Amino acid sequence: MPEQRVVDADYLLLEAPRERKFITGAQAMAEAVKRANVDIAIAYPITPQSEVMHLVGDLWAQGYLKDYYRAEEEYGAMSAIAGAVRGGARAFTATSGPGLLRGLEAIASWPGHRIPAVLGVLTRVVNAPLSIQPDNIEIAYLLNCGMVVLHAENQQDVFDFTLAGFVISEKVDVYIPVAVCTEGFFVTHAKGYVNMTPEDMKLPPRDPYKAPVPPTDCEIPPARIQRDAPVQKSNFMSYLIHAVWQQEVWASNIRAMKYIYKYLGGPIEVVNPDAEVFIVASGCAAAQGREAVRYAQMEGLNVGLVKVKSIRPFPEKEIREVLKKAKAVIVPEHNIVGWLAKEVKATIPDNDKVIGGPRVYGGMTLPVELIMEKIYDAFGIKKERKVVV
Amino acid sequence: MGLEYVRISPGFERYMPKDYVDLVKYGQFGRQVDVQQLGQFKELVEEHPMCAGCFMAYFIRIFYASLPNPEDTIVIGTAGCARLALSQAAVPFVYGNYGDTNAVASGLKRALTIRFPDKVKDVVVIAGDGGLIDIGFGMTMHSWFRREKFTTIMVDNEVYGNTGGQESGMSPKGVQLKMAPKGKQFDKINAVELAKVAGCVYVAKLAPTNPKRIAKTIRRAILAARHFGPTFIHAYTSCNIEYSIPTEKVLEDARKREKQDFAFYEWMTDEVREYFEEIEKQSQEVKV
Repeated sequence: MPEQRVVDADYLLLEAPRERKFITGAQAMAEAVKRANVDIAIAYPITPQSEVMHLVGDLWAQGYLKDYYRAEEEYGAMSAIAGAVRGGARAFTATSGPGLLRGLEAIASWPGHRIPAVLGVLTRVVNAPLSIQPDNIEIAYLLNCGMVVLHAENQQDVFDFTLAGFVISEKVDVYIPVAVCTEGFFVTHAKGYVNMTPEDMKLPPRDPYKAPVPPTDCEIPPARIQRDAPVQKSNFMSYLIHAVWQQEVWASNIRAMKYIYKYLGGPIEVVNPDAEVFIVASGCAAAQGREAVRYAQMEGLNVGLVKVKSIRPFPEKEIREVLKKAKAVIVPEHNIVGWLAKEVKATIPDNDKVIGGPRVYGGMTLPVELIMEKIYDAFGIKKERKVVV
Repeated sequence: MGLEYVRISPGFERYMPKDYVDLVKYGQFGRQVDVQQLGQFKELVEEHPMCAGCFMAYFIRIFYASLPNPEDTIVIGTAGCARLALSQAAVPFVYGNYGDTNAVASGLKRALTIRFPDKVKDVVVIAGDGGLIDIGFGMTMHSWFRREKFTTIMVDNEVYGNTGGQESGMSPKGVQLKMAPKGKQFDKINAVELAKVAGCVYVAKLAPTNPKRIAKTIRRAILAARHFGPTFIHAYTSCNIEYSIPTEKVLEDARKREKQDFAFYEWMTDEVREYFEEIEKQSQEVKV
């Protein structure tokens, strides 16, 4: 392990030199953890996530992390993450599909407990019948937890979002966890080019006293005095305390937006802003959307892409602005419920122009041709389907 | 930081709440109290909303008076009756989710060990039979298998008291409770044997009839956890409401159960025994 020196977070994220490597998404996530000065990682196996936590375990064995263990199950892993972060450590874990749902009670309480941490979500099918393939329906379950939810398109995003995730999560005016989601296998097990910061530089350690809620370490005066717990005061007090606390959690979520601009170039990326028809997509669907834009250009069709990087906070203002003049909006997704289409429909006023689909699920790939069919529909172009036998 | 964080900065005494000033002046911080002098010092927990005659409330009072290091102790609990008092004590308290105590404590203790390798920071779980042996069973057991260095105290009232009196795994066989309308169909779980098999280095079982012995047991469990590994106390703390024990008979009931299935029991590894012999010898020498 090379000697790592601490550098300023802004320098590391925005200015440090980068070297291009051809690596998998799982490697990209672990490489980000390597540079994030993480104290403890807690792992529990599930396909396709395991690869990430194997690599993080190796980092611990090499001395990059101070502690690491294989937990009993996801509820235990996510609860222990909460304990470690309350104790002032910087913590990381990752999971997939059914594992995310098993840990969800704990995860959903992280924002309310003000637990800054990074959670890798490497998506897979969650519901029966069994499949281990990259359906991303699990992101729908994360949307109402209060945490920041980022959706990575490729290996580069995985690296950038994970490293920036620690910084955003620990900002005093944010201080809630960040989920970095990407499709399992398509991204975790496939290689792509990733521009990475130098291996010998790392983020400053977590300062748990720079916090809206102090750590539980018996170091912060004044000492705790006897007092009533809110739930025991009266029903009214418990409603009120829960209400104001959750308002603050969601306000923190919105305050993360300025850091998403600063470190990730904003919550959306727009290709061809003057397009007539837009594809709005996140994660791997954005990569296919990008291809569809290229196909459409070859056919002389004016199609653009809005890649949504941040699902929470959801970039309402930004999406409304880009889609103002769009004739139609196509939302391709890797899940059956169409959670992104619902978000987009709830965001723009003239939402009858939203075409929810194409959708693939069960972990299928999303052929560009399926998106092209929706584009032809939007332009009123009738095409004969060619069936190759 | 210990006592330093409890101390009031000069000039601020008159602005601090009386409760706080009393805790610093007449409380347990920085000194060892004798549980038999309860009422003669400012206790870490005084007010609580537990039922009249609740033996769990009494046990928790003794627990706080027994802490060897209250200024550097963190208590972890979960849903249930115990947290009603635990959440009101002058010791940091973590209330997480259902049955997660031993996983949270694992993460917390490890983080404190990373950050303060040369300081003593005691982590103590106090949770009920439901929290530790039903919903949190896996996490309880695995924290022991992993040899996590903290103390687990089960305040066993043999029922889900806080949710209205449902059967738990620790209810005795045959007892009729909610969700067991025909009586419990299987035996009370043998938590003490499980703790021994799972790797606890110090295990005790008691009925709260003798405050001095409770205090000694709690101190031993906490000290052993600091140095050697997981420790476990199984304490009978009756629910006088759900088991219809008249308030004035709770002690009588505890004595009765002590004769039946809660006789005082203490087990420890050889290395823990040697450690206690050593420190107890030293403290006697100091007294002499």
